[in-house]
Amino acid sequence: MSDARPAGHGAAREATLRVYRGDAARGVEVEYRVPIETGMVVLDAILWIQAHAAADLAVRWNCKAAKCGSCSAEVNGKPALMCKSRLDRFPAGAPIVVRPMKTFPVIKDLVTDVSWNYEVNRRIPPFQPKKDADWRWQQSDVDRVQEFRKCIECFLCQDVCHVLRTHELKHQFAGPRFLVRIAGLEMHPMDGADRTGFLKDQAGIGLCNITKCCTEVCPESITITDNAIIPLKERVVDRFYDPVLGLWRAITGKS
Amino acid sequence: MEQLETHEHDVIVIGAGGAGLRAAIEASALGCSVGLVCKSLLGKAHTVMAEGGIAAALAHVDPQDGWQTHFKDTMKGGSFLNHWRMAQLHAQEAPDRVRELEQWGALFDRTPDGRILQRAFGGHTWKRLAHVGDRTGLEMIRTLQDRGVHQGLDVHMECTVTRLFTDGGRIAGALAYRRDSGRFVLFRCKAVVIATGGVGKAYHVTSNSWEYTGDGQALAYQAGAELIDMEFLQFHPTGMVWPPGVMGILVTEGVRGEGGILRNSLGERFMWKYLPEARRHEYAADEDEARRWVDAAVEGLQTDARRPPELSTRDNVARAIYTEVREGRGTPHGGAYLDISYMPADRVVRKLPSMYHQFMELADVDITKQPMEVGPTTHYIMGGVRVEPDTGAATVPGLFAAGEASAGMHGANRLGGNSLSDLVVFGRRAGAGAARYATDVLGAPRVPDAEVQAEIRDLLAPFERGSGESPYDVHGALQECMGKYVGIFRDQEDLEIAVRKLAELRERASRVRVTGSRVFNPGWHLARDLRNLLVVSEAIACSALLRKESRGAHSRLDFPNPDAALGKVNMCVTRGPDGMKVAPTPLPEMPAELKALFDAPQPAAEPTLVTGDKA
Repeated sequence: MSDARPAGHGAAREATLRVYRGDAARGVEVEYRVPIETGMVVLDAILWIQAHAAADLAVRWNCKAAKCGSCSAEVNGKPALMCKSRLDRFPAGAPIVVRPMKTFPVIKDLVTDVSWNYEVNRRIPPFQPKKDADWRWQQSDVDRVQEFRKCIECFLCQDVCHVLRTHELKHQFAGPRFLVRIAGLEMHPMDGADRTGFLKDQAGIGLCNITKCCTEVCPESITITDNAIIPLKERVVDRFYDPVLGLWRAITGKS
Repeated sequence: MEQLETHEHDVIVIGAGGAGLRAAIEASALGCSVGLVCKSLLGKAHTVMAEGGIAAALAHVDPQDGWQTHFKDTMKGGSFLNHWRMAQLHAQEAPDRVRELEQWGALFDRTPDGRILQRAFGGHTWKRLAHVGDRTGLEMIRTLQDRGVHQGLDVHMECTVTRLFTDGGRIAGALAYRRDSGRFVLFRCKAVVIATGGVGKAYHVTSNSWEYTGDGQALAYQAGAELIDMEFLQFHPTGMVWPPGVMGILVTEGVRGEGGILRNSLGERFMWKYLPEARRHEYAADEDEARRWVDAAVEGLQTDARRPPELSTRDNVARAIYTEVREGRGTPHGGAYLDISYMPADRVVRKLPSMYHQFMELADVDITKQPMEVGPTTHYIMGGVRVEPDTGAATVPGLFAAGEASAGMHGANRLGGNSLSDLVVFGRRAGAGAARYATDVLGAPRVPDAEVQAEIRDLLAPFERGSGESPYDVHGALQECMGKYVGIFRDQEDLEIAVRKLAELRERASRVRVTGSRVFNPGWHLARDLRNLLVVSEAIACSALLRKESRGAHSRLDFPNPDAALGKVNMCVTRGPDGMKVAPTPLPEMPAELKALFDAPQPAAEPTLVTGDKA
């Protein structure tokens, strides 16, 4: 494939990147050699290629500081933010392979169609303040919810989740990102809405079998499985599958 | 000719950061059909990067605070070049907008008695910034995003507006392209709200993302609107300076709010040297007093100690660091040391988690053990579209603006924390202004088809050239020009060079060539963004040339002091038949009852140039 090494950079230290170029129908990995500066990340290398070798190389990015969650990709097969992937963390000399997220349809090169995520979000019952909310609470009451609200919507957890990635059950399962979002709403001290039925029937929480892949890739270190998904699963079980509570509800007519 | 995708709305909002989202929510709540158009995915706008907090005189931590003090701080911070009415509305309404965010689901950090916690920031007399650790912007944009989505906004993501159309002088619509397909979209509408943010990509060292290319200012200018205060560009004092890939990325002012100390390579705590004499009495006299203030602030307690000198206004701290480096007292990578490592490590990680991870992962620096290296970075433009304070109306009927793209609120220099509050206060007002206008306007305006076709031809021209430069090369040259000649310190000679070079760059930009298809083609996108960058760069340089004084963020080496006469005018940029025109227009005069708030007679502005060295 094309060798994009520019004149004058021959003596400098170089990294070799193999970048997916193409669209949904077909694509190939194209090799580029990029001069290395100290502390450089994969996104720097991609932007260098854009400016010097392939002006039409498609990539999403915004903040370059792991705050916006735009530059998600698969680097050497691992879902990661390119802005946090230091070149010096990869074995010297070996090519670094950069491909788009596999779970979403490719639009072009490293850019995928993530619009499905926005459709899921739209279906989640929104924040609804309790009628008697006094808007006072302790910091310790919200430490856990604030963890969920750190999510930068990079969708790496969606990318790695096998329910979505391997089994392609997007129509049945909201994915870890949106279970985290629901957890943030459900555990909000002032929220009065009930999303338990939504979790069971529409978010498909039962499909998660707690492999914790999502937690491992989260760039914000949100403990997705243990802190968000498992407590939500417990709510669903308590509501719909607890035999004692079920009998009590049948007798009293209370939910 | 391809079939044009066409949408009709009462109001089109361009930009989906805090101001755009808040404007769209308001216009929609008032019954308008609203289209929200943004260049990136929803939730990725620059607001997401705001760290320190949102300024509002809630008086939860310091009960002495009130809107009057916030108003005075804002006017002083802006060297009295602010539109008084905007500063007043902002100070009065910010607390309600913060409470509104909370009622829409935002979870701010708490005081011991369970209310919204507030932290100190530069230029604010009292602890005033409601915050969520150091990710306040993320909390705000997610809250607004979810509110807007559930209110039924039509969101057009990854869609770039390139031209506004008018009918008989009134706004009639806009043309855009979809980034993913490259296909064109025509929006027919009665009103447009510009909420596109700033211009940082005119500079190489910047905290801004690729999106910040002055689109809104340039669109408004092309449509005939006035821009003001474009010479006032804020260089944030603390950007990362190392490693090269992260140069310019923001280090929140929250670090200094939490007690961060600035030192030069000799270990001197230099900020005391740079405090303006007129305001020295507001700051701690020595290290002991500064430490007592920090200890009290950390505990959320009252103290008679005065604030540390690091909490001077941003323009002043940026010039101080720049000067220390120029005079040979910089750090190995050309900055100053910012040290928070003397505080307990767990507190640093809890209150500044993003900063902790940012330095650990990108720079191999543990900020709980070592100082950071920081230096000035292009951050924010105070200037922009001239608006009517109460409604956000620009000088073209049907055009509105809010947030960083608009001007007047911050005068010659913005205080930290006043941006997030600006977004929601004036986003809401511009949304309401646009909705009322769209409701009142009679008949549907007509978009002239010939102009649409001309714009499409213009957009496609770079594909059709057989030869030409890469837009990336021209962009690089523009950034070099602006950084070198229109930086922190300016003078007549440099600015004249910049104006000449910008004319050459406009010529080069008109001949760039792009290859590949229209599908998600960043080279093509940049070719278009360049046009906007060149408009705002010219506006910045020409306005700076005309303002022969130093005031706020605008520092002229050849005119190191403020000029009282220039303190009464805004530089106003308009599009004339022969190109850009810049001329002074009178600053609206503050009414007597607001003037009376400034008890002692105030100088029009502080002398700002502490030292005269320059590259």
